[in-house]
Amino acid sequence: MIDFYRILSQFFFYLTKLTCFRFDFLTKYKLKKLMRKKMKKILILFISFFMFASSAVANSGNLVIVTSFPKDLSGKFKAAFETKYPNITVEVVGKKTTAGIKYIQETSSNNGTDLFWASAPDAFEVLKGDNLLAKYTSQVKGIPKLVGSYPINDPEGFYTGFAAAGYGMMWNTRYLKANNLPAPKEWIDMADSIYFGHTGMSAPSRSGTTHLTVETLLQGDGFNEGWGKMKSIAANFKTVTARSFGVPDGVNSGDFGVGIVIDFFGLSSIGSGFPVGFVYPTVTTLVPANIGVITNAPNEKNAQLFIDFLLTPEGQEILLDPKIRRLPVNPETYAKAPKDFPNPFKDSSIGAAVKFDVQLSKGRYNLVNSLFDVMITYRLDDLRAAMSAIYKAEEKLGNKNNAKAKKLIAEAKALVAALPITEAKANDAEFNKIFKKKRKKAKDIEKYAGTRQAEVEAEWDKFVIGNYSKAIKKAEEAIKEL
Amino acid sequence: MFKNFFLKSTALFIALFLLIFLAVPIFQVFYVSFLDQNGHFTLLNFYDFFQNALFIESFYNSFYVASMSVVLASVFALPLAYFTSRFNFRGSVIIQSLGFIPLIMPPFVGAVAMKLLFGSNGSINLILNDWFGFKIPFMEGLNGVIFVESIHYFPFILINLITSLNNIDRTMEESAQSLGSKGFGLFRRIVLPLSMPGYVAGASLVFLKVFDDLGTPLLLDVNNMLAPQAYLRISSIGINDPMGYVIGVILVLTSIAAVYVAKLALGGKDYSMLQKGGGGMIKRDFLPYQKYLAYFVVFVILFLVLSPHIALTLLSFGTIWSFSVIPDAFTVQHYKAVFENSVFIKNTMLYCSIAAFIDVVLAFFISYIVLRTKIIGRQLLDYIAMSALAIPGLVLGIGYLRTFYSINLPWDNTPLASWWFMIVIILAVRRLPYALRACNAVLMQISKYLEESAESLGAQKISIFRKILIPLMTGGLLAGFITSFSTATVELSATIMLVSTESEAPLAYAIYSYMQTAAGRGPGAAFGLIGVLIVAIGTYLSQLIIEKKYKQRGMEAKV
Repeated sequence: MIDFYRILSQFFFYLTKLTCFRFDFLTKYKLKKLMRKKMKKILILFISFFMFASSAVANSGNLVIVTSFPKDLSGKFKAAFETKYPNITVEVVGKKTTAGIKYIQETSSNNGTDLFWASAPDAFEVLKGDNLLAKYTSQVKGIPKLVGSYPINDPEGFYTGFAAAGYGMMWNTRYLKANNLPAPKEWIDMADSIYFGHTGMSAPSRSGTTHLTVETLLQGDGFNEGWGKMKSIAANFKTVTARSFGVPDGVNSGDFGVGIVIDFFGLSSIGSGFPVGFVYPTVTTLVPANIGVITNAPNEKNAQLFIDFLLTPEGQEILLDPKIRRLPVNPETYAKAPKDFPNPFKDSSIGAAVKFDVQLSKGRYNLVNSLFDVMITYRLDDLRAAMSAIYKAEEKLGNKNNAKAKKLIAEAKALVAALPITEAKANDAEFNKIFKKKRKKAKDIEKYAGTRQAEVEAEWDKFVIGNYSKAIKKAEEAIKEL
Repeated sequence: MFKNFFLKSTALFIALFLLIFLAVPIFQVFYVSFLDQNGHFTLLNFYDFFQNALFIESFYNSFYVASMSVVLASVFALPLAYFTSRFNFRGSVIIQSLGFIPLIMPPFVGAVAMKLLFGSNGSINLILNDWFGFKIPFMEGLNGVIFVESIHYFPFILINLITSLNNIDRTMEESAQSLGSKGFGLFRRIVLPLSMPGYVAGASLVFLKVFDDLGTPLLLDVNNMLAPQAYLRISSIGINDPMGYVIGVILVLTSIAAVYVAKLALGGKDYSMLQKGGGGMIKRDFLPYQKYLAYFVVFVILFLVLSPHIALTLLSFGTIWSFSVIPDAFTVQHYKAVFENSVFIKNTMLYCSIAAFIDVVLAFFISYIVLRTKIIGRQLLDYIAMSALAIPGLVLGIGYLRTFYSINLPWDNTPLASWWFMIVIILAVRRLPYALRACNAVLMQISKYLEESAESLGAQKISIFRKILIPLMTGGLLAGFITSFSTATVELSATIMLVSTESEAPLAYAIYSYMQTAAGRGPGAAFGLIGVLIVAIGTYLSQLIIEKKYKQRGMEAKV
């Protein structure tokens, strides 16, 4: 028994020793900084105590921000904010957007987060739907209502836009030169057979901003046309990445030549010195990146101060940093921007071509993602095989006037473009409920009760696979005709 | 009386630990897979799984990739293990340590480095294309996954094999030799069977890891495998489709089945050796031509498996590396960021060493209980601990948040889930299987007669542990520690859910946050390289300790 306790105590001894070790490290390397911080904290505590006693409100204390933004961006803002309000300590926690949402949802019972700060408006919609955002409307002046055709702030006031971004195409100049390819200008250029195997994009289910690009295409060209265009672009993909940053990463490395990316990935890659270029096509949507106060935020006042700070001229200017490069929402800031910096408030060609219907997009959000994954992400190899057969047939056809072959090729193309679902059904609110996550009451799903998402997807998958292989056959028949 | 009480209470303690920190959090997440749309119990979701062509194809792909990776990993591991432990091979300690490094592939940077080297426009293919006009699709499709996974995980086989070989009692070999056995016969009849437990342990680990691995297929954008399918479904924005969790359950079940099959393969045979002569096999000298051939093979393999780290080094010193064989220019700027943020390194060292220590202690007791006692449910302990291997880190992270967030720490009223020690625990739970397999393999080779005779001489359990088992198992324990420690240093998927402040974040998290920007690639690589160096030095030192121990026991006889 004694031995048992000895081993146990040794174990704890090691544990405590290791813990002390940690503080040893701290004291050795961080003593000065920590002391200063600690003193500051104690001071702040005292001051805030007195302030509290005299019921005055002071700009002090802590501020906890959960963000999907990289350190290059969040760090700059944190430093600038702390310089302006030296009594507030900002704690930035970086998480992927999806992980951030899960984190805030899971921790809401005991919330310690003040602000959620991320790009995709749909992420904020999810939080808003779960009643996890508190209303706040900033009083900072000079911010317009719209950027492109998209409202900068949430109309209901739950989150605030502080920067804008739009999708475009980014390419690696060395790659294009080595492969003798021109840089694309419009989305449809990427459907050209010369780009076969040279392009890439991230899946809309993985990245809210990619989703908006797909949705913009669907709204700009119509549901059926838009999907057809999307698929003919996708057939050229070398890859559909799971992370949105996977696309600029691949283009920067030269893994593939052209990628569909959000502007700041392209602009900041240029800013970091990579041999890449970036262009906005005519059909693009400018979307605000947002920030919102979390319900029951422990430091709500500081959270609101931070939002105000983002919108002030000094906050907006930080966005122009070569490693950040996002479009400010304050039109005056552009006066300080570098020469070739795009200005959506002046250049009306950016992001104004499509009148973006937010409600339509919201209603079929998950369905569009799922449809994209079933038809493109998970079946990319099949799609590519079908398209490559069609390309071969077209090449052989050339300028020949063979009506039968032409017809077969057109049929093959139609098979590839065909959708397993009609537009009406895709927009049907009842059908979309199959793809929503929370269905507490049975009456929520009356019409399609008992239909499961997995079931629907399996059906789609069968349809899509069947069509792709039929398309290959048609194309091969066409080749035989020639 | 005492013996039973001690072991039973230990078993109970371990069971409780696994229940609280593994089973409950997983259950919190997985029960979703048994619910229908109205929240009632159903098995329909599993029916859907087997109805979906994509899922079946994914299952097949995962199985194929995992099996092929075991084969390719064995091709890498066998020569390294055999040459270095069988022959007097100069630098065998260095080679054995270096062979361990591929396991430490920092998240994101590792993949970027691999792509820059082996990708379709990576250095190798650019050179091939320039000189010979063709390219090799190293990184395309399922074969790409197999290639990367077997480079990444072959050390599991290597380490376990080396431990086994070093534990072979040399008297076995000597008696076989004196009975006239030699050459291949000796290898087949003595060396091969005796090293089987180590090989099977390593191979099953490789199989499991590859089967469940998420990072590699995701970064190679291969979606038609089970783990990526589960991940993509769980982590899509605003959607909570039960299929993700169903796939998770299927992953866990398959992994448990794999462990069971590995057990069956070893079952019914006694691999223990009465006399713990140690020292491993008799070391031989090479014939001259053999020597050059062996060095050649070893260096080719080493070059291949270390190439990701060579690329990582280039990346961390390079300025811009894009569509070219090597970076445009070199700089040390990126390391400045590392030294300005050294807190990440300290955190990682602290978290991972505590976690690995917990792992070794738990693994020692679990393998003892499983192999040496008759406590009811002891096998279950093993399976539950091993199942951690099959739980996607993301799922475990979410489970921890669900389970521990509503509990507050008594002293400062912050949630338990955001306490830094929870990161240590989640790392320990996730890496426990590694330490467990290592302990299991060594303990299997120690004859239980040693303990029984000590017991009959009146020794207590504790002194048996201290004087017999622990010294004899040092190699295995240390191997377990190093494996757990070093793989924990690059763990990201589970910890990213739990990190609540940047000042308490580990290294992998820093790499992640740097790798999300175009300008962060260099600093990210620099962080990755520092992590790799720490692990490399640690491994080398522990190798030295093991070597020294054998020397002290006077086992340096040369034949």
